[in-house]
Amino acid sequence: MPGTYNPADVLQALPEVFLASVALIVLVLSFAAPARRGWMETLSIGGVVGTGVLLVWAAVPLFQPGGSPVSVFSGSYLVDKFAIFFKVVFLIATLLVILMSIDYLPLVGVPVGEFYAILLFSTVGMMFIASGGNLLTLYIGLETMSISIYILCGFLKRDQKSNEAALKYLLMGAFSSGVILYGISLLYGLTGALGFEEIAATLATIDLSNPALLLAMVMLTAGFGFKIAIVPFHMYLPDVYEGAPTAVTAFLAVASEAAGVAALLRVFLGAMPHIQVDWTVLFWILAALTMTIGNVVAMAQRNIKRMLAYSSIAHIGYVLIGFVAGAKLGISAVLFYVLVYAFMTAGAFAMVILLQTETVKGDLIEDFAGLGQVKPIAAAAMVIFLLSLTGIPPTAGFVGKFYLFSAAISAGYVWLTLIAVINTAISLFYYMRVAMVMYMGEAPEGLALSSSRPLHAAVAFAVLGTLGIGIFPQWFLKIAQASVFGLLP
Amino acid sequence: MAADYAYVLFFLIIGALFVVFNIDILSRLIRPSKPNPTKLSTYECGEDPIGGPWLRIHVRYYLFALVFIIFAVETVFLFPWAIVYRSLGLFAFVEMMIFIVILLIGLAYAWATGALEWV
Amino acid sequence: MIPVSYYLVLGAVLFGIGMFGVLTRRNAIAILMAVELMLNAVNVNFIAFSRYLPNSTLDGQVFAIFVIAVAAAEAAVGLAIVLGLYRNFHTVNVDEINLMKW
Repeated sequence: MPGTYNPADVLQALPEVFLASVALIVLVLSFAAPARRGWMETLSIGGVVGTGVLLVWAAVPLFQPGGSPVSVFSGSYLVDKFAIFFKVVFLIATLLVILMSIDYLPLVGVPVGEFYAILLFSTVGMMFIASGGNLLTLYIGLETMSISIYILCGFLKRDQKSNEAALKYLLMGAFSSGVILYGISLLYGLTGALGFEEIAATLATIDLSNPALLLAMVMLTAGFGFKIAIVPFHMYLPDVYEGAPTAVTAFLAVASEAAGVAALLRVFLGAMPHIQVDWTVLFWILAALTMTIGNVVAMAQRNIKRMLAYSSIAHIGYVLIGFVAGAKLGISAVLFYVLVYAFMTAGAFAMVILLQTETVKGDLIEDFAGLGQVKPIAAAAMVIFLLSLTGIPPTAGFVGKFYLFSAAISAGYVWLTLIAVINTAISLFYYMRVAMVMYMGEAPEGLALSSSRPLHAAVAFAVLGTLGIGIFPQWFLKIAQASVFGLLP
Repeated sequence: MAADYAYVLFFLIIGALFVVFNIDILSRLIRPSKPNPTKLSTYECGEDPIGGPWLRIHVRYYLFALVFIIFAVETVFLFPWAIVYRSLGLFAFVEMMIFIVILLIGLAYAWATGALEWV
Repeated sequence: MIPVSYYLVLGAVLFGIGMFGVLTRRNAIAILMAVELMLNAVNVNFIAFSRYLPNSTLDGQVFAIFVIAVAAAEAAVGLAIVLGLYRNFHTVNVDEINLMKW
């Protein structure tokens, strides 16, 4: 009988159960013991690290020879290498964001306890996306993540921009999940199943020229396009990035985008590999558009958060190249790039927070003026992130782009690669403009940086990741390649 | 093909006439007309209505509405659970208790932060 | 028995009305209501498919239950955000809420 319960299944989902429990405890502490603020931060970091340990423990049998993916709760929850890989990325991102937030939140006047609880709930949602074995689990994960992030965006209750960001993200997010759901319902009607494997198996037997199937595909593309901000569904993203508290922006840019990519891969590769020809064409066009518009509009920005928003749109475009190229090479390049992107983008946003003090908001590019002369170490860290975002060796961004482009060329997408290379040249402009401002500009009187130690640790961790992956890519690439196996037939 | 649409049009016209005739003309002819103040007042769950319906509602009501909607809708999971409860046994009981405890934490949060107080 | 296509047309029309509402309304609350309409259109689809599919499973009905619960959570968060917004902007008209562009 399908759907019988096996209580032991819960053990497979232990990392999520653990993290959700920690989040609940943080929430209870926030109203039961509001005076003990320090506990919540420590507890949250402990929760994330503990979840990481549990994950690695669960991953050990998988990465051994002969280790096979486990499917529990009658197929709705998968433990495979793909899931583990993405969960590690989410946990790294969450850890970096918590480190950034510790001294940033009191500075901007945000209630502390709820923030960490909601942040952790959002991470739990992402982990469920990565592990989703059917469309229901994926949808619940997506909503847990999104609804939490709507709240996080509006956390500055007195700030109009934060209100506006929350509203825009909520309306676009709710609309896009409606569109995704309609696509899901059509897919369910066509195949009578929600599990990715069952859908793929049924699609192999039915007529693929069915217009309803095409409609479902387009709806899912548009819905996920909204979630990860593919052009032309990107309009809301720069506003949300600018208005949200910077720590939340970092979380959005890194973890939420990664989760969206995970969902995209699961749905399109897991459930619809038989119409790959159709969606490859669609995503070819979207990738070219996304890269080009993201990079061109980024050149015109004065606010660094907005510039990074357009840059993240452009990077999603690069990620789509690997998705279009497909096969083991392309998808492993996507996974690798998501990891790289997490480190460099989180680092860049951490630098924006570093600049913010009582008097300076620090989100304009001019605010970086003179940093190179006054604070050479901080400026050097920023240069590393910028080089990596552009894709210049010896940073991780170069390796990531190199693998993406070579996967595209070996799959025969020469034109797309050419567009991407031109775009990289364009992006050099605006990334290096920030560097120029830092070294050529005049520092204002009494330029000061945040003295927060956890924030310094986050920057250091991000630098370490960006350079480490750039110098020793082989090891990380091997993991990315191994993690694809759970997904491709 | 065009004839099919003609049917639809015909049907729509008949339907519209039917409504107008019944509600406006026929009911005027056969209904008794004995108005009194109680009959003419707006129905409001048995309460005496005070003032017009377009009054401004205090923002506090929304807080209760928010809390209410969450807890009301979560019971949607309790109904299917109750139906198959006997065949699922202890495990289902434990699972639902966990679910309810999580909801209770939410309620406690709302209580502790003062969302349930009328200020 | 009523054929399944009737339900699908109902679902499609509801979804269309919802989408039209999202794209044309300017009141934030009205947009939220239109989104709810879209979600309920999906529920109609799910229930109809779940009832009429040849080897019918309950998956569709279970999905609908979850959609209802998620929609409630979304509505609650949405209303809270709109309330906070109203306090600062004194309007819920999305056209007037544009501090940031380009």
